[in-house]
Amino acid sequence: MSHHAAPVNRKFWTPGVVVLGFLAAAGLAVVVARYIGGIGYVSNLTTARPWGLWIGVDVASGVALAAGGFTTAFLAHVLGRHYYEPVIRPALLTAMLGYTFVVLGLLVDIGRSWAIWKPMLHWNPNSVLFEVAMCVMFYLNVLYVEFIPIVAERFKGRVNLPGAFSVLNRALDGLLHLADRILDKIMWVFVIAGVVLSCMHQSSLGSLMLIAPTKLHPLWYTPILPLLFLTSAIAVGYPMVVFEATLATTSLKLDSEMKILAPLTRFTIFLLGIYLALKVGDMVIRGTYVYLLDGTTQTNAFLIEIIFGVLVPWLMLLFPKLRQSRRWLFTACTMVVGGVLLNRLNVFVVGYRPPISEAHYFPSMGEILTTVGLIAGLMLLYRFIITYLPVLNKPEQEVTA
Amino acid sequence: MGISRRNFFKILTAAGASAATATASAHAWQSRAPSDPYGCLVDLTRCIGCRKCEQACNEVNHLPPPERSFEDLTLLDKKRRPDEKQFTVVNRYYSGMIDERDQLIPTFVKLQCMHCQDPACASACIVGALTKKDNGAVHYDVTKCIGCRYCMVACPFEIPAYEYHDPITPRVMKCTFCYERVAQEGKRPGCAEICPVEAITFGKRSTLLKVAKERLKKNPGRYLSHIYGEHEVGGTCWLYLSAQPFEKLGFNKLPSKPMPQVAETVQHALFSYLWSPIVLFGMLSGIMWSSRGKGERDDSHKGGAQ
Repeated sequence: MSHHAAPVNRKFWTPGVVVLGFLAAAGLAVVVARYIGGIGYVSNLTTARPWGLWIGVDVASGVALAAGGFTTAFLAHVLGRHYYEPVIRPALLTAMLGYTFVVLGLLVDIGRSWAIWKPMLHWNPNSVLFEVAMCVMFYLNVLYVEFIPIVAERFKGRVNLPGAFSVLNRALDGLLHLADRILDKIMWVFVIAGVVLSCMHQSSLGSLMLIAPTKLHPLWYTPILPLLFLTSAIAVGYPMVVFEATLATTSLKLDSEMKILAPLTRFTIFLLGIYLALKVGDMVIRGTYVYLLDGTTQTNAFLIEIIFGVLVPWLMLLFPKLRQSRRWLFTACTMVVGGVLLNRLNVFVVGYRPPISEAHYFPSMGEILTTVGLIAGLMLLYRFIITYLPVLNKPEQEVTA
Repeated sequence: MGISRRNFFKILTAAGASAATATASAHAWQSRAPSDPYGCLVDLTRCIGCRKCEQACNEVNHLPPPERSFEDLTLLDKKRRPDEKQFTVVNRYYSGMIDERDQLIPTFVKLQCMHCQDPACASACIVGALTKKDNGAVHYDVTKCIGCRYCMVACPFEIPAYEYHDPITPRVMKCTFCYERVAQEGKRPGCAEICPVEAITFGKRSTLLKVAKERLKKNPGRYLSHIYGEHEVGGTCWLYLSAQPFEKLGFNKLPSKPMPQVAETVQHALFSYLWSPIVLFGMLSGIMWSSRGKGERDDSHKGGAQ
């Protein structure tokens, strides 16, 4: 398989990029307000509803949707399916940026942002959150290390800093050469560590809610919540790659990469099938189907999640015809991505019902703007990096589908 | 496709088998509750709703002055919850019972941290800022706190409140059980000391349970035969006696299983001694080693397969 990644040869400032810039700036303004007036000033969070949109989307969904990173690394590097290597770099970049923004989102959400390092010093091994935090921290570093070769490939022998910094050129170049050489030998450790760390914290994110049996709606509260989180994260990995590749190749008018994406989603049939079976089986065994028709917000959210987020796209992927159609494949994968997003939102926000105060929660404009701003910021950075670093595939002489 | 599918199954079976053995061999969950903690027994049939306990709490804990005076009993017209400015509040409930002059008989309910024997908040706390002390208090150490608010998610009584309007150094705020007063000065908690009708009895939890059971025995008609907090969430240091059903007084029905049990059992079964990441790392290395080079050969006929 001969593939070659290259910087995208397009001008950076397009109208879309400008819009993203405005959204990111709006989010940034809210963040500034948060550090002046406090979390209460910009959010609707209360004693009874301490976690809201920021944890549900920025953190939990952010982590889940970055699963393309470790699932593609597993496929191409661990299982040795090098055919799929072209999707590794974009998936890695998404994961790296995804986790970076998870941490940025956390900094906004936690009350004492400056104390975020404290879990390294004060351990509570009973705390699920402690394990999640440690894994996310290590994994973020693993992702940065995995990304170094891409930087090295671009700048090796070409380090050319302007003005006074030019004295550093030679040293930096040497460093890049060295890092590249060493990493080439030991990268397998980081690849496997990335998969292991991902499996750990993807599942533990689900364990987070096990501490609150009286608060989480029974449709979601199950002892196998960690297993459901893990399987859904694994299942959403490839659909997320398709989603993102389709968006990127469409907006940048690159090759559609359908000959990689279509076979990639055959794994999704199997993986999403496991998730669906577990979810339905869990519902049947615990008898929670009795809630299904009671018409509450929670029940409806659950039905939408499982029907349009899992069942329908799974059925769609079963048909080879649909898998090979770029539009249908994108539709199915978008539904899977939306389904996992909704699941995380359901577990952390919609399904969370404080039984005493019965407090309601709807995210404030400030919370929504922060989340939108973070996502826009992520997309901007993605766009910036693919413009200057070899991440996406160089267009071949091929007619796009 | 064949290879990867076989591999997937191999991994799944191996992982499943090892997970099963580990779960079976993992130690059963053990309570870390202190053996002889202090507690408070609140007798709701005695409380007259004077709000003196709120006032004492405010003074002892140096909380900000209240918006309305503690003498103002009209506050009781609305249900309140403890928050970052008041660690305890008294609410008034009417159960429909009337006295000899046809007046509705109120029941007053004092709310504060229940100081669980196996607190969910302490189990959840990412840095161990919340700990269960031997004297019964669930203690908060602000120097460790990062403000993740997982304790608030975990608490089945919705007690910990947060200083949401402090941008840089917000604290989790909840009843301290007057930890320093009790531990160092040998005094009773502020609320228990001031109560003019002895609705709040302070003492060893074991003694309080005896006292409560005695009251139940001696006054068969006066109380419901339920000590709220004896078994709820594995036991709490604050205990309640009532004449009215607890569900009608804002108390929620809770399982007798300690809140952290499921989460900690799952967590320790999966990760004690980091066995699972180590096993997984080994397995993946093995797969990576055995599949090296294979993919390349596969590619030629792979591309066409859909």
